[in-house]
Amino acid sequence: LRTTFVKTLTEIADENPNIWLLCGDLGFSVLEHFAARHPKRYVNVGVAEQSLAGIAAGIALSGKTVFIYSIGNFPTFRCLEQLRNDVCYHGADVKVVSVGAGFAYGSQGYTHHAIEDVAIMSALPGMEVFAPCDPLEVRVATQLIAGSGNPSYLRLSRAGEPVLHSAEPADLRVITFLREGGDVALLASGPIVSLCLEAAEQLAALAIQAAVVSVPCLKPLDEASIMHLAQGGVPIITVEEHVMRGGLHAGIASLLVAHPKRPVVSGLGIPEPVKKISRGGNREELLSESGLSAASIISRVRAIVGR
Amino acid sequence: MMAFVKQLNGMSIPNDLDPSRFARRIRAHALRMVFRAKASHIGSCLSMADILAVLYTRVLSIDPLNFHDPDRDRFILSKGHAAAILYAALAERGFFQVDELATYCERSSRLTGHVSHGVPGIEVSTGSLGHGLPMAVGFALAARADNRSSRVFCLLSDGECDEGSNWEAILFAPHHGLDNLVVIVDFNKIQSFGRVSDVLDLEPFADKWRAFRWNTVEVDGHDLGALEQALSAKLTQPGKPTAIIAHTVKGRGVSFMEDKLEWHYKSPSDEQLVQALAEVGI
Repeated sequence: LRTTFVKTLTEIADENPNIWLLCGDLGFSVLEHFAARHPKRYVNVGVAEQSLAGIAAGIALSGKTVFIYSIGNFPTFRCLEQLRNDVCYHGADVKVVSVGAGFAYGSQGYTHHAIEDVAIMSALPGMEVFAPCDPLEVRVATQLIAGSGNPSYLRLSRAGEPVLHSAEPADLRVITFLREGGDVALLASGPIVSLCLEAAEQLAALAIQAAVVSVPCLKPLDEASIMHLAQGGVPIITVEEHVMRGGLHAGIASLLVAHPKRPVVSGLGIPEPVKKISRGGNREELLSESGLSAASIISRVRAIVGR
Repeated sequence: MMAFVKQLNGMSIPNDLDPSRFARRIRAHALRMVFRAKASHIGSCLSMADILAVLYTRVLSIDPLNFHDPDRDRFILSKGHAAAILYAALAERGFFQVDELATYCERSSRLTGHVSHGVPGIEVSTGSLGHGLPMAVGFALAARADNRSSRVFCLLSDGECDEGSNWEAILFAPHHGLDNLVVIVDFNKIQSFGRVSDVLDLEPFADKWRAFRWNTVEVDGHDLGALEQALSAKLTQPGKPTAIIAHTVKGRGVSFMEDKLEWHYKSPSDEQLVQALAEVGI
């Protein structure tokens, strides 16, 4: 996903002389393409995220669109107050791009696991939050935020994620059905959508038809489409590579609580890791240990639909 | 209220850009503002009054009638708690009516207790320490990329030099040769809990800036001539940002406030206000 991001951003910067890219000394073998093409609009500020965010705000308030790029929690939590005060309250056109969403950094341990980021970024005033699931969504998301004029957070996984869409989605602010199905709807954000597709495939063999819906924009949530989906009464299960507090499930549950025909809403997410000591494992293994696997999705679906 | 507004009006002399008289007037405005609002931070305001006076009368290339000129100089007050005297300077410089100063901290006033970019002439809001300098660096980078003549001035308190974010930016600016950037430190030697030397000593302070490869100048922060010389200096060292360590006295201009920690917090009584105004020469 990160390669698609940089390629797309470089293309946009070829056309738009106001696009800048700043990094916090991370992005080796990824950002060089942009840096080579636009050396005057690329700055590695060093290992200094507070400065990174503040400098980005100053450049943006001079009329530019500034992308800041780093890993996991570094461009978000480490400079949270700069994002709140200097970026969001000023409406500065800064885009925060974080690589390594969820457990993408596997065995690197909890310092590199971004699993509370959506909640925190969503709390910032005016910050739009995108978690694309595949390279096509990344491309559209990058184009969208480059031209939105709004502070934005782009949550990327790492590399090698498969294409899940059949074509580029036209509008990333709305949800997209990747699979139709009338018994249950699986809603997910980010590459974990592929687990939902895998589960849906296996459920079909059990004669349970599961819809799979990508929710690439977590803020603002596509409330109209989600309310419409709920109208049919089909149970909704959210699946997220994030803690349940403040993420996809929280957003959808709080939206649907007022729905007159509120369907069953259930969620799968990462349990709050209280005092948890990190152990090794790749992304899939860590997800599975957190109860996020095709099998766990299937068992939740079967418990809800009763088959 | 009306009497207060009249007093303020009586003090204002439009387009009087004599730095000494300007400094007296903004000190008096700030005293009245914090008195009326029962606000804090008058000591912090008074210590930087002379710096603001020189900046706003002699140094900054800004036009209140064309404030959004992209070639303007930028001034960023990172010590956002000293907002009152900056608002006073902007009003005196013609960015808005001096009468409005009477609304400082009142309900629905633009003039909040910490610097707000809702006020004409303010570039960015501040109040949480350690934010101004990284933003100033961003302004300086953008100005250079666009080949603008703008200079960027950022005023820091000494206490906020405890913030790591400042040192990130202090490391960055010389590496990138930002010679359009000027930092002024209001070095009054008192921070919120006590003497800087007791809380978290900054010394050898100027040497630290020199070691970080800044063109570093120490001045008496109440000597208007010396300040003007330091702030207006043409580039003596191209490729280096400039740090002006301004040695100041907290509460300067009011005898009973000078060098007193308590005036970081207190607002003057009726009698104290009368005496203070007499001492600043209004």
